[in-house]
Amino acid sequence: MTAHTKSSGTSWVGRSIRRLEDPALVTGQGRFTADLPANHWVRFVRSSVAAGKLESITAPAGAGIITAADITALKPIRPMLSKFNYVPVGQPILARDVVRFTGEPIAAVYAASKDEAEDLAEQVEVAIAETAALVDGSLALLEGAPLVHAEAPGNVIVEGRIRTPDFDDVWRSAHKVFRVNTRSRRQNAMPMEARAGHAIYEAATGRVTLTCTTQMPHLMRTAICDIVGLRESDLRVVAPDVGGGFGQKMSLAPEYVLLVWLARRLRSSVAWTEDRRENLIASFHSRDQHVELEGAFNADGKLIAVSANVIANVGAYSCFPTTCGVEPLMALAELPGPYDFRAYSCVSRGVLTHTCPMAPYRGVSRPVITLAMERLMDKAACGFEIEPTEIRRRNLIDKFPYTSATGLVFDEGTYKQTMEMAIDAIDVPAFRKQQKVARANGRYLGIGFATFSERTGYGSPAFAARGMEITPGWESVFLTVDPSGFVEARIGASPHGQGLRTTLAQIIADEIGIDPQFITVVHGDTDRSPYGWGTFASRSLVISGGASLLAAQKIRAKLIKMASHMLEASPDDITLKSGSAHVTGTDRSVSIVAMARAAYHQTHIFKGEIEPGLTEVGSYDPSGTFSNACHVALVEVDIATGQVDVQKFLVAEDAGLIINPMIADGQVHGGVAQGIGNALLEEIIYDETGNILTSTLADFLPPTTHEIPEIELHHIATLTGNSITKAKGLGEGGAIGAPAAVIGAINDALSAFGVSIDEMPATPQRIRAALRSSGKMA
Amino acid sequence: MSEKSDITLNINGRDHHIRVESRRTLVDAIREECGQSGTHIGCEHGVCGACTVLVAGEPVRSCLMFAQQAEGKAIRTVEGLAQGDEMHPMQRAFMDHHGLQCGFCTPGFLMLAVGVLEREPEISDENLIDVLSSNLCRCTGYQNIIKAVRSAAAEMRRS
Amino acid sequence: MKPASFIRHVPRTAQQVVEALAEFAPLDGRILAGGQSLVPIMAFRMARPAHLIDINEVEGLDRLAVDETFLSIGARVRHGAFHKPVIEGPLGRLLMFVVSHIAHYPIRMRGTFCGSLAHADPASEWCLVAATLDAKLVLQSVRGERVVAVTEFLQGIMSTSLAEDEFLAEARLPLLPDDTRFGFYEFSRRAGDFAMAAALVTYRISEGMIVDAHVGIGGAEDRARRVEEAEAVLNGQAPAQALFVAAGEAAADAIDPLEDAQTTAEYRRDLVRAVTRRALERSTQ
Repeated sequence: MTAHTKSSGTSWVGRSIRRLEDPALVTGQGRFTADLPANHWVRFVRSSVAAGKLESITAPAGAGIITAADITALKPIRPMLSKFNYVPVGQPILARDVVRFTGEPIAAVYAASKDEAEDLAEQVEVAIAETAALVDGSLALLEGAPLVHAEAPGNVIVEGRIRTPDFDDVWRSAHKVFRVNTRSRRQNAMPMEARAGHAIYEAATGRVTLTCTTQMPHLMRTAICDIVGLRESDLRVVAPDVGGGFGQKMSLAPEYVLLVWLARRLRSSVAWTEDRRENLIASFHSRDQHVELEGAFNADGKLIAVSANVIANVGAYSCFPTTCGVEPLMALAELPGPYDFRAYSCVSRGVLTHTCPMAPYRGVSRPVITLAMERLMDKAACGFEIEPTEIRRRNLIDKFPYTSATGLVFDEGTYKQTMEMAIDAIDVPAFRKQQKVARANGRYLGIGFATFSERTGYGSPAFAARGMEITPGWESVFLTVDPSGFVEARIGASPHGQGLRTTLAQIIADEIGIDPQFITVVHGDTDRSPYGWGTFASRSLVISGGASLLAAQKIRAKLIKMASHMLEASPDDITLKSGSAHVTGTDRSVSIVAMARAAYHQTHIFKGEIEPGLTEVGSYDPSGTFSNACHVALVEVDIATGQVDVQKFLVAEDAGLIINPMIADGQVHGGVAQGIGNALLEEIIYDETGNILTSTLADFLPPTTHEIPEIELHHIATLTGNSITKAKGLGEGGAIGAPAAVIGAINDALSAFGVSIDEMPATPQRIRAALRSSGKMA
Repeated sequence: MSEKSDITLNINGRDHHIRVESRRTLVDAIREECGQSGTHIGCEHGVCGACTVLVAGEPVRSCLMFAQQAEGKAIRTVEGLAQGDEMHPMQRAFMDHHGLQCGFCTPGFLMLAVGVLEREPEISDENLIDVLSSNLCRCTGYQNIIKAVRSAAAEMRRS
Repeated sequence: MKPASFIRHVPRTAQQVVEALAEFAPLDGRILAGGQSLVPIMAFRMARPAHLIDINEVEGLDRLAVDETFLSIGARVRHGAFHKPVIEGPLGRLLMFVVSHIAHYPIRMRGTFCGSLAHADPASEWCLVAATLDAKLVLQSVRGERVVAVTEFLQGIMSTSLAEDEFLAEARLPLLPDDTRFGFYEFSRRAGDFAMAAALVTYRISEGMIVDAHVGIGGAEDRARRVEEAEAVLNGQAPAQALFVAAGEAAADAIDPLEDAQTTAEYRRDLVRAVTRRALERSTQ
């Protein structure tokens, strides 16, 4: 089916209607995991050292405490990848003989209140014989480095290599070569709500309900049942209102497993709320990467070949279900970005260290590889003495479908057009004049561009290509019209701020011809919603949206058939509009309420031609689609202090048909803000012994209103054939392009000093250090 | 664990008679003993502002006060903003302008903005944005929070 | 992150405060004023006082008034009191300008001027104000009252000359002559964050020359203090950009910089150079 939503009079798609989610949230009636009471409160005793042998755990007599010795029946978390030399490693639910990162859970204590649990945790004495800690990803590869897991020689847990057949010949023909050495420092997604879990055992049925801050409730259910040895029908997982995820909450945390086990053991309710310190230390980190690349250009400034080496420091264990391969392998596959070149050589490795495990964070590797490629473009622009936008103009893809050197198929997009749109909106020549005047007055303004693609809405074939044992991708939606004419859509995606209850209702409303306020989208509860893959990777609107559309089309068809019976008219003469079916050109109509009643209570009138009830299922598993954008940052660098002020930010984006413009824009705003934080402020810092120095919000610095300027948005819509709703995903785009745009602007501002800022965050200290070593400071 | 004492917290005009230890923070007492879970905990060390409530008309970080310290003072939380079915202009503005996504930081922002605007109705736009830098949000990039607060400020000044 | 247990005491008079301190300070007792610095530390359990002496109900400690030659700031006076000028003239304007840099609005509703001084964070703006203006601090205990100079009071990182059973009851800021000029500039990663370096300057002009220059530097050393070397550069000279740059150089050279994993001594000096110069530039506006 390729036709998108059939207009039925009023069109809800494309309108910025208020979100159906909001009334509860603005009145304080949201239900978050930490709001639930429990009989027992759990606090985890965590390793205070990065590496060592666990010798003893001593707790006060009579204390409620669980250690690895109590849970020998629980299997470790062990995600699998069948390609890329992946070495499977297991993460124990509680550390057994060794600890591998500061913050690793060693024991769980429980008490009647959180305060008492914390008091008790303090009294637990843990003896660890420290061993040499490995913290830096590059050091992990050196001969003689400590081994994090015996199974992974050289600490390499995954390695992907690619080299196109003609690479050497093409490289030799290069006119100019430019090098980039990019360092992305460790990030923490830092959702406003830290992780939390609540497990309650129901004696009457023997079932456990786990309420937790997850982005993937069904997969949590399957995985925890595998580990604990439960039937899936005996575990219900509920993702209630979740306070942001950004990827940090999509992976299985050992803490959730422990809670389920403990609830069964105590035959009661147990809960854990992670505090912010725990979240910064022990909740999944990301983007600790080193990308070195060289780009070969011909005499016309055309990029002809790229050679790259990627090292991703993935921490001490592998995240479930994606495995830690997700960062290095996405870098391998997507580094070429939106540029047209055929010769590509890349080695990308995931490297183990004694640090907190990595999990995907908004954009995953793309913010880093986009930075690397955009630095390449900017350096090449300097080398060829042309504007950064001109070199991009010569290299951005513009004929579709385009198959990249790594075999990715790009559907129709507007890479060049969005850049031109951004250039016009900014008035680059006027800025250059302003920049010159400012420089003469000792002020350093800069402009930076980032053009990139965002792979979104891809289904199982794409995930299968990575060799994941668990291959996500498809989504289904169960759509029911009840006897009172209200519609319920039960979905497998798991939104946590993305507004899916509104946007999916808009899609369904257009198809069935009713108002979105009569449509309830149910998600997050594995007892109520169909198996699905949750919400991550900019997929939910595309895939659950597509499944919603398919289900709604089936409901539509059935309603029209019912109406043709009830109105004695041909189905071709029936339209659905404003809650009723109408015979075109007459005033004969029947309401959807009446039809719904008939479907349940008067089925005989349809003479066996209609199945009773009004439920249809839609399933969608698309190949994927690429959205694109151009980001522009205008900055001022204070060379005396190294401080960077982002004065303006502009995005020209194309994400296909926008279902709800206000919600779509909100996704871009949020991504850009995290990208600016990534570029200037946010960093998880370990010392050389593996202790975290940034364990409070006084040290880890997300941006506030002062650090985020007004973000100006411009839109184009390419109606792709790769998504039946014509919508492309865009949840991650803001985070993917913004860092490169900001870093590019800093480099532009400081071009007179001959420095190259290739590290993020570009802190004031780092910028001053670069300026000092340039030798050009007054 | 130290002894508990009986105190009364007046929240949104209603008295709650509770027993708490000295160390019980105001935010924990509001959420648990008083059952008002709309106020959220984001950091427990006074930086993120998710726990912002009004105490005697002042926006404060309820994670940095002890419950016993708030006895005898009028406390207002997000649950008290609407009057029956009638939402507060600030709540309406957040909905109209998409000033929330996951909703976790929202109660803190609502109370901060309402509190400051009630105390300083003529606050300048620049100072209003400065006040909003008190609280953290990870979803919205602040664009629509600022729009919402500006819009509500205008409406609050008119009435 | 819940604090460890403690017993809370609620004195009603200053006498009750010092008696409580005498009894409980030796048993790990501390003063609780605004709580904006102490409670986070307790949440991390880096401090676990067994007793808290909550002074928020004590009569008279909220006094903010002009006494002859100084502004008297009682222990309960909150940062927010300075959002509007509390006294006509340069001192009121100076305090109002500085207070907008302290943390954030809700913190300023509770945190106290004297609490900041007693906490003695090297980056504290009020410590810088006290140091630059030669404040006097009134310390009270069961043994009576003593008044100490700020240079004696601030002893190092989180360290003051308060005896275990003493509390800071009042800070006294000398009134400033009406023709005093001042300038303040602070550098931090984000607005409201702890200052990585801050400068407060005051001076008067006499026959076109700077006289009685005070140059205070905060955030850069283990305590805020006046830097004589910078003051010597300014005194007797006409205000000028080149002079301000030279004063910045002098301040940067004179300090014993705080260093940590991300901030080298050299960078700290860079900051002191910049904040001093900028504070002086602001003094002419």
